[in-house]
Amino acid sequence: MKPVFTYSEGMERVETSYCPGCTHGIAHRLIVETLIENGELGNAIGVCPIGCSVQAHKFMHVDMCEAAHGRAPAVASGIRRVHPDKPVFTYQGDGDLASIGMGEIIHAASRGERFTTFFINNGIYGMTGGQMAPTTLIGQRSTTSQDGRTVEANGMPIRVAELIAAVDGAAYVERVALDSPAHIRQAKRAVQKAFAVQKMGVGFTMIEFISSCPTNWGLSPVEALGWIKEKMIPYYPLGVKKDITAQNVQEEEA
Amino acid sequence: MSEKVLMKGNEAFGEAAILSGCNFYFGYPITPQSEIPEYLSRELPKRGGCFIQAESELAAINMAYGAAAAGGNAFISSSAPGIALMQEGLSFMCCAEVPVVVLNVSRCGPGIGGIQPGQADYIQATRGGGNGDYKIPVFAPSTIQEAIDMIYEATYLANKWRNPMMLLTDGMMGQMMEPVVLPEPRKLLTSEEIPQAKPWALSGFDHKNGQRSLIRALHMQPTDLEIQVEKIFTKYDAMEKELPAYAAEGLEGAEIVFVAFGLMSRLVREAIEMLAEEGIKAGLIRPKTLWPYPYAAFDELDFNSTKVVISTELSKGQMIEDVRLGVEGRLPVELIYRTGGVVPTTPEVVERAKKILEGLK
Amino acid sequence: MTKKFRVELIKDRCKGCELCTSVCSRHLLKMDTHLNHKGYASVTIENMDACIGCINCALICPDGAIEIFQLEEGDKE
Repeated sequence: MKPVFTYSEGMERVETSYCPGCTHGIAHRLIVETLIENGELGNAIGVCPIGCSVQAHKFMHVDMCEAAHGRAPAVASGIRRVHPDKPVFTYQGDGDLASIGMGEIIHAASRGERFTTFFINNGIYGMTGGQMAPTTLIGQRSTTSQDGRTVEANGMPIRVAELIAAVDGAAYVERVALDSPAHIRQAKRAVQKAFAVQKMGVGFTMIEFISSCPTNWGLSPVEALGWIKEKMIPYYPLGVKKDITAQNVQEEEA
Repeated sequence: MSEKVLMKGNEAFGEAAILSGCNFYFGYPITPQSEIPEYLSRELPKRGGCFIQAESELAAINMAYGAAAAGGNAFISSSAPGIALMQEGLSFMCCAEVPVVVLNVSRCGPGIGGIQPGQADYIQATRGGGNGDYKIPVFAPSTIQEAIDMIYEATYLANKWRNPMMLLTDGMMGQMMEPVVLPEPRKLLTSEEIPQAKPWALSGFDHKNGQRSLIRALHMQPTDLEIQVEKIFTKYDAMEKELPAYAAEGLEGAEIVFVAFGLMSRLVREAIEMLAEEGIKAGLIRPKTLWPYPYAAFDELDFNSTKVVISTELSKGQMIEDVRLGVEGRLPVELIYRTGGVVPTTPEVVERAKKILEGLK
Repeated sequence: MTKKFRVELIKDRCKGCELCTSVCSRHLLKMDTHLNHKGYASVTIENMDACIGCINCALICPDGAIEIFQLEEGDKE
């Protein structure tokens, strides 16, 4: 028998502690699959800060450290100074990255830090029980916006990929979604591209994954994928938001 | 050993950090310690190290955590409110068992505080300024030379115990110049040497015979966290035996014994001389470590002659709690202090001490 | 000869989220009434011979519960 798809050797054999249908497991797999393809799983260092993501080290077979809420980009900046030539990444949720850690992510991008941030945007605080995140959609119910988020009280949700793309130090920024096999294939290509650009040493790289949180959205896992397609992707459009390597090619061609 | 050179406190602290083997520094400007990031931004890149001007003290301590978790020797400095912001990282690093050397060139407080010298971070430093069960050894230098020596030793101890080490000094020490002798530079670890030298550190498992490193501060099971806390406390128990240090001067036959650390101990020495001219014999206990506190020093008191022990502070009675614990009710304990950034004059200390002595009669 | 595939369902890893059933291009995956050791109704496959090896199910499975192999000559079906 010829293997067509087998579970990545880069994943620990333990079962994840994530809820049924949570897309964390898919994002984890894409990262370790790419590191294995690059022959760098055993050379890589990851940072997983507070949020459901803090347990990522139990499932991804990579050298990893935990970080305090929001601080992973600062921690990765420190790691990068000690190991200039190894793949370094952070794995952060939206409460972590877009709320308490907004300062750290903007400045890491601004310094053009040569690590990759994998940003899980599921529009909610998962681990703490479904509170409103900076990325919660207008009208979306959460345990701290029980009648739905309003612009008046909470402002508009933050589009992180576009924000980071606007920072000069960012080299590659793409938003992908984990709601369908086609989008997951594209997400894999984005992860590959991000690690490739990181290796080029031309600046900060970030992939935003539009992800689901069925438990805290109050939807079944399949309904949650429908919510991504119908509600999230229209507000958070997918695609490459910045790619300075493409610009370089264009300039050379011109 | 090099020749004597005249150096400004803050620059000497930075130089000592490099010589001690710290090649990673992450700083944020705050008076009265800004000469440290200035000095290290200039020197570290030339000498095989790295400097980042962080976006905040929160980022700075977490960069230090990252560098140290990756096996680098990290040094970090700030001043009182900046150190307050760093407590998140310090508590985290104690639980995760990651070394770092932290220098507090303290202001007074509370709130924003003034840029003048203060010792009001004593409780913050010695009682754990952050959350949870942990300890950080705190060293209190009274001269620039002693600060250099303590930084040099702290880098060794931080790695030995895999725990943060702190120095508590103040703005006046940071700004003054003194002649110093610099120690021999320790060899700086390269990225390639880390897997061998620090196998626990993050460097990719391919470099450690497939052994994966995980650096964690979160233990979801209460029993697991309890085990981790007990583990770090076995280290703290050992530190309590190994680390306490103090200098005792003129305790025999002394009527008054002052207790003072850092800058204040220098002032008290002058006061002791002035008191001697008036026929009053006074002695000094100078703690060199604030945690673990050298309680044993108080067993050296001359209980036949000494009438009072005076905690002498640039804070509103913080160290006095440790002094009372050391004295154990055997003698009256009094306080002489100024706060808000005011440093008392020597005659002021003498007058207050005499009043305390008269009040006892 | 048409390609034939074998879908390995690792039932103990399955959390019964049904994402795979929603993306199977031949609608072959169904939920089992039998519960696995975690108490989840795990996924099962009907008519494996109809599988075209699109791997949609494996791609979307968050739990590594699906592996897919292509049968080669001499393999037992």
